[in-house]
Amino acid sequence: MTKIVPWSVKIGYYYVFVKKRYFMQKLLLLGDEAIAQAAIDAGISGMYAYPGTPSTEIMEYIQRSHTAAMEGIVCKWSSNEKTAMESALGMSYAGKRALAAMKHVGLNVAADAFINSAITGVNGGLVIVAADDPSMHSSQNEQDSRFYGKFAFVPVFEPSNQQEAYDMVFDAFEMSEKYSVPVLMRITTRLAHSRASITTINPLPQKNFSLPSDSKRFILMPAIARERFKTVLDNYEKFPLENRLEKYNSFRDSTYRRLGIIACGIAYNYLMENFFAKELSFPVLKITTYPFSRDIINDIKYRCKEILVLEEGYPFVEELLRGLPDEDKKIYGRMDGALPRTGELNPDIVASALGIKVKKVLSPPAIVKNRPPSFCKGCGHADMFNAVKEAIEPYHLKGVFSDIGCYTLAALPPYNCINSCVEMGASVTMAVGAADAGLFPSVAVIGDSTFTHSGMPGLLDAVAKKSPVTIIIADNMTTGMTGGQESNATGRLENICTGIGVAPEHVRTIVPLRKNHEENVRIMREEFEFRGPSVIIASRECIQTASRRKKDGKTEHQNESENEN
Amino acid sequence: MKTDIILAGVGGQGILSIAAVIGFAAVENNLYLKQSEVHGMSQRGGDVQSHMRLSGEPVFSDLIPYGNADLIIAVEPMEALRHLPWLSDNGWLVVNSNPYINIPDYPPVEDLIKEIMKIKNSILIDADTVAKDCGSVKSANMVILGASSPHLDLPCESLENGIRRLFASKGEKIVELNLKAFRAGRSFSGSSNKLA
Repeated sequence: MTKIVPWSVKIGYYYVFVKKRYFMQKLLLLGDEAIAQAAIDAGISGMYAYPGTPSTEIMEYIQRSHTAAMEGIVCKWSSNEKTAMESALGMSYAGKRALAAMKHVGLNVAADAFINSAITGVNGGLVIVAADDPSMHSSQNEQDSRFYGKFAFVPVFEPSNQQEAYDMVFDAFEMSEKYSVPVLMRITTRLAHSRASITTINPLPQKNFSLPSDSKRFILMPAIARERFKTVLDNYEKFPLENRLEKYNSFRDSTYRRLGIIACGIAYNYLMENFFAKELSFPVLKITTYPFSRDIINDIKYRCKEILVLEEGYPFVEELLRGLPDEDKKIYGRMDGALPRTGELNPDIVASALGIKVKKVLSPPAIVKNRPPSFCKGCGHADMFNAVKEAIEPYHLKGVFSDIGCYTLAALPPYNCINSCVEMGASVTMAVGAADAGLFPSVAVIGDSTFTHSGMPGLLDAVAKKSPVTIIIADNMTTGMTGGQESNATGRLENICTGIGVAPEHVRTIVPLRKNHEENVRIMREEFEFRGPSVIIASRECIQTASRRKKDGKTEHQNESENEN
Repeated sequence: MKTDIILAGVGGQGILSIAAVIGFAAVENNLYLKQSEVHGMSQRGGDVQSHMRLSGEPVFSDLIPYGNADLIIAVEPMEALRHLPWLSDNGWLVVNSNPYINIPDYPPVEDLIKEIMKIKNSILIDADTVAKDCGSVKSANMVILGASSPHLDLPCESLENGIRRLFASKGEKIVELNLKAFRAGRSFSGSSNKLA
């Protein structure tokens, strides 16, 4: 039996000591970490990502990995998901294997690069991980990335457990190179953030540098793209019969055939949970790769009168099955209410769809109150919003445009002073548009990392049209909400803003501390009154990263911090 | 053997250190394990929970079905009550009696205690005081783990080994402090089951 090595043991050392041939070992890993370990073992030369829950831990694992460090695997955070996707494509162009990872909405940002990379095709294997967040634990929507796979005509892997996630990465890279296609791996929050033991396989060496022999396909001029698109579609027809996809889908028959069940990805676990130690009395089709063949669907369709479709996210397979118009077969799923239309699944939801009686359970007593997230004690954002609130008061405004990050929590009491949180960078350009419509003052609050992610082009718009907006950059010198990853904005904001063309006298830096409150309010009002684009950089280190740094005994960051309240 | 555990608390209270020790112990005993965690927005002072499942057989679901938890370990009283729907008929509730008040409408602690006492298998422990007596309030989580340990189907030595591994990098003194806290919690559970 193989020995289980807990996650805290630095597996990298093993790698060296056994001379590049580690034996099968068991590791206790998050789903995210299993993918990261697999990517290292599959011989990637680089990983590209922007932090986003629930995908962040993939990059963090590689950054911590001794093996990755010794192998020289590139693993620095990118400015956004689009630059990450493009860099990964560039590495693939040069013949090496690359991994890009992002949360589901990050794939929107990277969509242009992602969809067109399917047309160019790849050279070295290219795998993209999209981590979906059904139930919106930490997101603004629950979009299902499987649609992106279909949209771009690329294969999609949807692992049902941590071991599958690990194994599939190898097949994804192999497929990517065999068909010269980027491959999408779709996971959801529960898999990303749940630990289980996985068994590794022998690692592969990195690929050699080698430029594509047919590099013209990377030039997507219409004549070339038209040709390439035919190849893309031809390949997409072949995928359902490709062993590396097909082997993960399985059909288990039963003599009791009234109801057949199709379970996709981790929904399969919730099904099996209800039959723990009992014989499963339905034909079950487990689907974890796309596109799948019509035949496996027909197997269950012809056997069973009724079909229940269990899938995490949108009714992707269910819609395929129902067709238009619905055939006479009875199909249950998210679309007819057998399962809730939104939100993630769990064993209880699946039980009730199967008609299994759910036992009576206790409910929380009425005195239990909601406990929403809030700013950490001593957070600079709190002091900044106190100043913003007071600064906008004379204008009878209820709030300002805002963005994605910890500072979105100003939507809650006692602050209640943001009006919007839509997608990365939207605060800047919504302020520009609203100023065009006559809003005064038009103010945006955006985090430092969010600003360099997608806010900079918006600021350029404001400069180009001399828009009377004030952009307040909440600079905590880190990517805070996702746990304190390095921010590409740190130390560069003033230069970026003046470089984009904001007048240097209207790029002001303040330190959001209570003792500076009056001065900060005054500076904000001065810039509101300026009828052109202005920027206020509210700069103070994140209280979380500051305290971690102190623990680690590293040197002081530039700003003092205030630990009171 | 199968034990389903809910760990409950507030973001930043460190419930994952309890999970890590149980995880080490489970691995030492060659058990299958799944443990889901909360990352992201809720970690900023919101309610967080971890579903932890140990079994001699492979575990399917990462989430525990309602009414199936053999043990709810809560490092905060209101968070204990929030997770009652998961408690099984014979399940145990182990709770730190010290509230974490970061919302304006936090209910009176006495009312929460009353509700906790209504649960037939409940252990309420002032882990902060016990931890302080052991040397540092920071080890309160290990006190609660100790108080829960009689209801974990894991050898006590394995849990202590887990504590040694978790705190090894912080030096022998910290390891000893946490072991002391763990043992104090365990003996509390052994002697009296309810806090007066």
